[in-house]
Amino acid sequence: METFIAIYIFMLAAFTGFEVISKVPAILHTPLMSGSNFIHGVVLVGAIIALGMAETNLEKSIGFLGVLLASGNAVGGYVVTERMLEMFKSKKENE
Amino acid sequence: MSNVETIIQSIYVVAAVLFIVGLKRMSSPTTARTGIVWAGVGMLMATAATFFYPGVENFVLIVSAILIGTVLAGYTAKKVEMTEMPEMIALYNGMGGGAAAAIAAVELFKDHHLPLSVTTLALIGGIIGSISFTGSLIAFGKLQGMIKGTFRFKGQHQINLLLLLGSIVLSGLVVAGFDSNATLVIVVFVIALLLGVAMTMPIGGGDMAVVISLYNALTGLAVGFEGYVLQNYSMIIAGTVVGAAGTLLTQLMAKAMNKTLVSVLFPFGETAQASGDAVEGEMKPIEAGDAGIMMAFAQKVIIIPGYGMAVAQAQQKVWELSQLLIDRGVDVKFAIHPVAGRMPGHMNVLLAEAGVPYELIFDEDEINQEFKSCDVALVIGANDVVNPIARTDPSSEIYGMPILDADYASNVIVVKRGQGTGFSGIENVLFFLDNTRMLYGDGQAVATDLVNSIKEL
Repeated sequence: METFIAIYIFMLAAFTGFEVISKVPAILHTPLMSGSNFIHGVVLVGAIIALGMAETNLEKSIGFLGVLLASGNAVGGYVVTERMLEMFKSKKENE
Repeated sequence: MSNVETIIQSIYVVAAVLFIVGLKRMSSPTTARTGIVWAGVGMLMATAATFFYPGVENFVLIVSAILIGTVLAGYTAKKVEMTEMPEMIALYNGMGGGAAAAIAAVELFKDHHLPLSVTTLALIGGIIGSISFTGSLIAFGKLQGMIKGTFRFKGQHQINLLLLLGSIVLSGLVVAGFDSNATLVIVVFVIALLLGVAMTMPIGGGDMAVVISLYNALTGLAVGFEGYVLQNYSMIIAGTVVGAAGTLLTQLMAKAMNKTLVSVLFPFGETAQASGDAVEGEMKPIEAGDAGIMMAFAQKVIIIPGYGMAVAQAQQKVWELSQLLIDRGVDVKFAIHPVAGRMPGHMNVLLAEAGVPYELIFDEDEINQEFKSCDVALVIGANDVVNPIARTDPSSEIYGMPILDADYASNVIVVKRGQGTGFSGIENVLFFLDNTRMLYGDGQAVATDLVNSIKEL
């Protein structure tokens, strides 16, 4: 049963993804790609769980690498996106 | 479910909602800035909650890994120039793919008796994540100029296909339980990592935006699959949403470049030859002083920036030039082609950084009728997006691509470093027209000369 619940979640999430992006002006393509890049940084949650439950040294080293990479994804993704979107503020204030 | 678990799962639900709302807000210019903050709050909540996840230990390792990753990524992300944003997105995206692959590897090493569906999805997610990891690193290297050229040879696609099949067959063996000591798992991952390199090497720099966007979608998908492996719904939802949104975004970008995803991913032969023969006529040069006068006494000037402007860091100077013209009563507008720069929207970000107001910047379909009534079109660092051959020559590689109709302007001034072609390798007919003058030089130097010449009037 759980497998089917997961399939439903996959399906609904995919529709959501398409819907959310479908009417986007071209000027937001790059910031939006960067923003979605940040959102899959949630892989950090999984990496923490994987490393947190790792037992052997091999598991721990790969888990460590995973957490390091994942936090790079999340933090780098956030800062870069924020810097890009910061540009949209100056536009509005100039109006 | 224990109380702690209930609380953690509830936090994940809230985080998933924040991700989706954040992404939605980021898809509109007026709410974009708050969107990333919403998503950021979701990420902080989910990460903090995970520290209390039952069974999670190794806190020293976890915290030090997070610290190292945060400091490295945070520092580079703060320091990088706006022109280099695309490759930084590639880099951080690759890290996410690598993390997804690492999760898959740890889970597969840990337990050889996972349910069939879990093993399968762990492997698929791991393979996709690995491809995205090395593929993004190559894309990063290419955009940084560390890797030059396109590395194409005969039979390349067949070899890549072989690698893909190899990883699938070996994965099948792992799923079937032939893997007693995880050697096969390691081999599968190594092949997938190689495949990422091999797939990306033949792709030219001009197509990198599409490729990075694709890898972004792939990382999302990989994260979604690993979410299933860990029974973590926030990962499934966030990963799949990004996977779907990223796929759509990739298609939009490819379409804006008049390409198909297949033609980007499987380039055949050498870089396309310039279609058509030598263009008739010659390029006629102009001095900055004359060009300045031409613009200063014009009624309407449309500026068309391209990546060349970004490389020369000329956006500030160009805006200064525009302000001078506006002060003289000239009607100045910026025309931005959807794929100007390295990525759709890249040029808008750069102009906004320089302080150009939103209402002076126009899309291709908004401004194309205005070229006819325009005295001077100033093309600075753009090439293929103003080539009229896209309208006229069906044999051209870029035939059918929507272009900016700069050639309809009474006068065209093209600022350009030398006489070469754009990255499509196609001669630009615009440069040879009677109403076109070439202003050779580095974008920033030329813009400075123009500013000075107008100030002297």
